Amino acid sequence: MSFIQIRALEKTWPDGTAAVRRFDLDIAAGEFTVLLGPSGCGKTTTLRMIAGLETPTSGKILLNGADVTHLPPSRRDVGFVFQFYALYPHMSVAENIAFPLACTGVARAERIAAVAEIAERLCISNLLNRRPRELPGGDQQRVALARAMIRKPAVWLMDEPLGTLDAELRAQLCEFIRARQIEARVATIYVTHDQDEAMRLADRVIVMNAGEILQIGAPSEMYLRPSSIFTARFVGSPGMNLIEGEVISNGGARAFAPRGGNIKLIIPNMNFAGPAWLGVRPEGVRCGMGATASGDLAGRIAVDAFAGSARFYHIDCAFGRVVARHDPGGRGAAGESVYLTFDPASICIFNAADGRRVS
Amino acid sequence: MKDPVLRISNLQKSYGGRRVLDGVQFDVSAGEFTVVLGPTGAGKTTLLRTIAGLETPDAGNIIMNGADALSLPPAARDVALVFQNFSLYPGKTVRANLEFPLRAPERGLGESDIKDRVAKAASMLHIERLLDRPARQLSGGEMQRVAIGRAIVRRPSLFLMDEPLTNLDAKLREELRVELRELARGLGAPVLWVTHDPSEALSMADRIIVLIAGRILQIGAPENVYFAPASPEVARQLGSPPINLISAVASGDLWRCADGTPICNIKHPAPASALLGIRPEHIAPTGGESPATVEVVENMGPTRVVVARFGSVVLHLLTSRDFSARPGDIIFPRVDGGKIIVWSA
Repeated sequence: MSFIQIRALEKTWPDGTAAVRRFDLDIAAGEFTVLLGPSGCGKTTTLRMIAGLETPTSGKILLNGADVTHLPPSRRDVGFVFQFYALYPHMSVAENIAFPLACTGVARAERIAAVAEIAERLCISNLLNRRPRELPGGDQQRVALARAMIRKPAVWLMDEPLGTLDAELRAQLCEFIRARQIEARVATIYVTHDQDEAMRLADRVIVMNAGEILQIGAPSEMYLRPSSIFTARFVGSPGMNLIEGEVISNGGARAFAPRGGNIKLIIPNMNFAGPAWLGVRPEGVRCGMGATASGDLAGRIAVDAFAGSARFYHIDCAFGRVVARHDPGGRGAAGESVYLTFDPASICIFNAADGRRVS
Repeated sequence: MKDPVLRISNLQKSYGGRRVLDGVQFDVSAGEFTVVLGPTGAGKTTLLRTIAGLETPDAGNIIMNGADALSLPPAARDVALVFQNFSLYPGKTVRANLEFPLRAPERGLGESDIKDRVAKAASMLHIERLLDRPARQLSGGEMQRVAIGRAIVRRPSLFLMDEPLTNLDAKLREELRVELRELARGLGAPVLWVTHDPSEALSMADRIIVLIAGRILQIGAPENVYFAPASPEVARQLGSPPINLISAVASGDLWRCADGTPICNIKHPAPASALLGIRPEHIAPTGGESPATVEVVENMGPTRVVVARFGSVVLHLLTSRDFSARPGDIIFPRVDGGKIIVWSA
């Protein structure tokens, strides 16, 4: 039996809008699950129903075998972190962090030791005697995380806890959350619109759009084998290149013919034929430059975007825009001609009719 | 040589004894896309507001197109400012929002001029189909496009952009970065873009200005600031995962951690002790001599981030996705000594 079971969960707003539809999910003990999707996809509403802050229209939520669907938040044994930290202004930082332990009757000496340990890991040891309002936002969020993660409840629920922070702090806290979760083995559900955070943190990612689950899988599966065009585009930074065209018979085999392009790409082991999209990750696009360059498709660099450890060329060709990942030393400049080759191993084909992957 | 569009010298500004801008000095040339990068509280917004005339500096000069701008009121400065929070008239249509800045009597623009400018801006930003909708019905991304459109129709001699993408979803941010960078080339006026997001700065800028605690720490092309940061402080602003900063001592031909763990060969004449900056992509997960224990492995798509304890320090490595490791595994990281950055301790 799974640790958390969510069955046919639905939420419809009074005006008739369906916020969450047919949501079924099983979460194992100690698993890190990320709900990923754009604004308005229903991820936060789902989290709030699990927390008990929102009443489902129908469906069930079971926690460790017990039906908690209609229990108040205080009786679900969940720890929350939100984007906007809510600290107790009249308490010191140390008292704020120790509060969940004090509530569950942990002895004073043990509380002090636990606060010291978690404060050190979050680099806030020197702030323990301060009041929250004296601290900048980033430090307040460190305190909020310390308070939420000092105790091991049945479940941690996190709603974009790193949303508005600076990049350096975000990376640091992301790592803290993951390390703390691995050692505590507390089942965690984390909501974000940032695929980068989802990929880094999750054991499993749940991709949502328009109130429904589109795909459930490990980050690498989500990245390499997206089940739909939506996931292909949403996961990855930048997302998968998608080229419209048709899969046609080509002798005994099948080939993809892009719309507007005068070429054919042989697709091995394929039964599907018809209107389709070809997907290829930016690192699956090889980019030849200079006088001796060759490749299947000619293009021109429109934007050269440096990314530190890599460089992305946004290239215009006969059938639209393609992004290629290159090592950072690349010298291609906007306006330059290039020749592209797609790595056959990284090609996905999606049925244009329903957006599902067929190979 | 042509005058720069904007020349700022020795700008000073304090609020209640706290220095917000401290000797800020730089030029912006025609056609240039300049990004001011810095953490929250660095003084970025104050800098833009001072250029726009919404704040008065305590000292310093702002010269625009060769003329003193400080003596001019905001309306006369010929700059357009776009804010992080989309500031539109919610009840008016997108078209009316775009026309609004053009209808100011002192502009003296005729109806056909106004129509023409709005049509051009709407087409650049792909918002033609939204023109007759009230602003309040737009999504966040659409609102920010319209807000940028309101700046474009004015055809200013300088665009000031204050974190325009910060409040948008990550995916939309990523798409708009590329789109706006391309669009900026056709604007005919330079852009001064402020952000705390290093990926935004690296991918968009011709030149990055690193601003921390009111002071400029470095100005340079993205590659220059990334590979040759002037200080550890600058190095930490750029890169995901962040750069490894390790205190080291020179012993023979090796750099060693404080606890004696060898890090890499010394390739250039070196001080006795130093702070080493090592980019995560310059550490291979195999081939080294000292063991490290894997603590966390993060999946980044084409790459993986491996966090490993190495003697007394924690190392971040960026590996290809073909390298697999789990927490608890022992690896032997190899640091490329030719690519490290050395600061005398």
